[in-house]
Amino acid sequence: MALLEITDLHATVGDREILKGISLTVNSGEVHAIMGPNGSGKSTLAQVLAGRDLYVVTGGKVIYDGKDLLAMLPEDRAREGIFLAFQYPVEIPGVSNMYFLKAALNATRKHHGLAELDAMDFIALVKDRMKLLEMDQELLNRAVNTGFSGGEKKRNEIFQMAVLEPKLAILDETDSGLDIDALRAVAAGVNALRSPQRAMIVVTHYQRLLNYIVPDYVHVLAEGRIVKSGGKELALELEESGYAGLGIADEEEAVAKL
Amino acid sequence: MTAVAEQTLRETAYQRFLELGFPTTHDEEWRFTNVAPIARLKWDRRSPSVVCQLPDGSSSYLTKYAPFQNHAFVALNTAFFQDVTYIHIPRGLVVVEPIQIAYDSPSAISHPRTLIVVAPDAHCTLVETYSGTGSYFTNAVTEIVAGSGSVIDHYKVQLESPSAFHVGVMFASLGRSANFSSTCISLGGALVRNEVTATLSEGTDATLNGLYLVNGAQHVDNHTSIDHAQPHGTSHELYKGILDDQASAVFNGRIIVRKDAQKTDSKQTNKNLVLSDEAVINTKPELQIFADDVRCTHGATIGQLDAESLFYLQSRGIGKQDARSLLTYAFAQDIIDRIKVQSLKDSLERILFEKFHEHDR
Repeated sequence: MALLEITDLHATVGDREILKGISLTVNSGEVHAIMGPNGSGKSTLAQVLAGRDLYVVTGGKVIYDGKDLLAMLPEDRAREGIFLAFQYPVEIPGVSNMYFLKAALNATRKHHGLAELDAMDFIALVKDRMKLLEMDQELLNRAVNTGFSGGEKKRNEIFQMAVLEPKLAILDETDSGLDIDALRAVAAGVNALRSPQRAMIVVTHYQRLLNYIVPDYVHVLAEGRIVKSGGKELALELEESGYAGLGIADEEEAVAKL
Repeated sequence: MTAVAEQTLRETAYQRFLELGFPTTHDEEWRFTNVAPIARLKWDRRSPSVVCQLPDGSSSYLTKYAPFQNHAFVALNTAFFQDVTYIHIPRGLVVVEPIQIAYDSPSAISHPRTLIVVAPDAHCTLVETYSGTGSYFTNAVTEIVAGSGSVIDHYKVQLESPSAFHVGVMFASLGRSANFSSTCISLGGALVRNEVTATLSEGTDATLNGLYLVNGAQHVDNHTSIDHAQPHGTSHELYKGILDDQASAVFNGRIIVRKDAQKTDSKQTNKNLVLSDEAVINTKPELQIFADDVRCTHGATIGQLDAESLFYLQSRGIGKQDARSLLTYAFAQDIIDRIKVQSLKDSLERILFEKFHEHDR
């Protein structure tokens, strides 16, 4: 049975239809890249899967781990193993990173009938996972993402993923705004979390990230539909001929040509 | 003060109260706070008689800083207070432990009177707490006199019963280069008015912080007035409010910078988190600036819980109600963080946490 099965998914924001019939099957252990120009619906797909109510699903279905995903609350999706690494991680002043993550982890443990981790066990776990991301321990005591640099925010997302150990990780433009060192560190963290029990959907505009996180499948999204799917070589093809090579308009490429 | 002098004072104050009467919403100062429920209370309206032995040494300060000419509640308190809590910190003395002043309402109507005199270069921390059970009216007046170079960290914690009326007026006269901080935490009461009036001297540093939490049908009014009378004064003011249900709140922050008060640096902020559609907040800055070389900033915000922050917490497995509590608590966090009395900080954290969680159920 597939871990995630999306069938003919339609979604709108306001009266604008963004997703116009997406179908995609993801099995445990696989890494799928979803590429596409700005406005193609990549981030919308990521947010819809995580349960953001800004978007209204108007058609289709999503079966996750045998359950109707669209009927589940965002927190229940998370507890059942879906993790969205945000494109723009949210700053939450007044809540420490440590407190936030402990609350998140224990909510998931409780959901699965496990005992909550006490402070000692939690700190041991956190320290172990911080090494993976080469993160400064001081960030734990600061308020969630508050005053973090762009790179620190993205590392913090992957760090949370390392602590929460999802079954399906969705990385929404995790590469955007990262310098090459931060990109390497983040990619190394992601690669360390690849496992036969875990699937990943990597949403990106650029091929660059996929040099570091090599996908099993690549899908090209344009105007709310998957227009082409293939293996990792499809990303390289896009790198050479651009979205225009597939007949897809992309503002950024148009600007680059000027 | 002789018994005769005291009798005269009380009669004068009572006479003034009768002339003024209770304020109505036609008075600009009371526009959003209707004290009719207080005015309707039944009490012995005979004129006052001498009722207490004033503490030694207090009479040269008492009533000198809390003018009753234009304030009905101050006049009423002056006429009827039964005891004075008088604290005098001698020159240069540093009192390390916080001084606790606790008023537990003894009767249907009480007029607590507090006088705090901190001599030059003395340091102290004061925690004034108001509480009680059942229905009653507390009409408190506090006078604080801060000598030059003194350092005062003051807290008022209003934990009145849910059906109580509370009017608490504080006047602080702050000496040259004094460092004065006052935090007003308002959690209880049905109808509450907190007033703080601080008068600064040359180089005085004043911080006024506040946190008000209202739900149900509670009404809390915070009026502050900071008077920069002389140059080089600094004032920082941060008041935060959390409103739920049909509750209402008022913040009115007056800042006066007198003609001679050049180089004044003043900052006022009022932030409100509104959790329901029916809650009402009226916030008003009132700046009167007569000097030309000053820096004064003010800002007020009224907002709701941020939908994106809520979703972020939920997307990590934290339930919606817990996420709401966490964000609400986080909103109050910076006021709590600034409290230097650890025992107070701990108990407030517990009270706030319980208050938000209890509300969720």
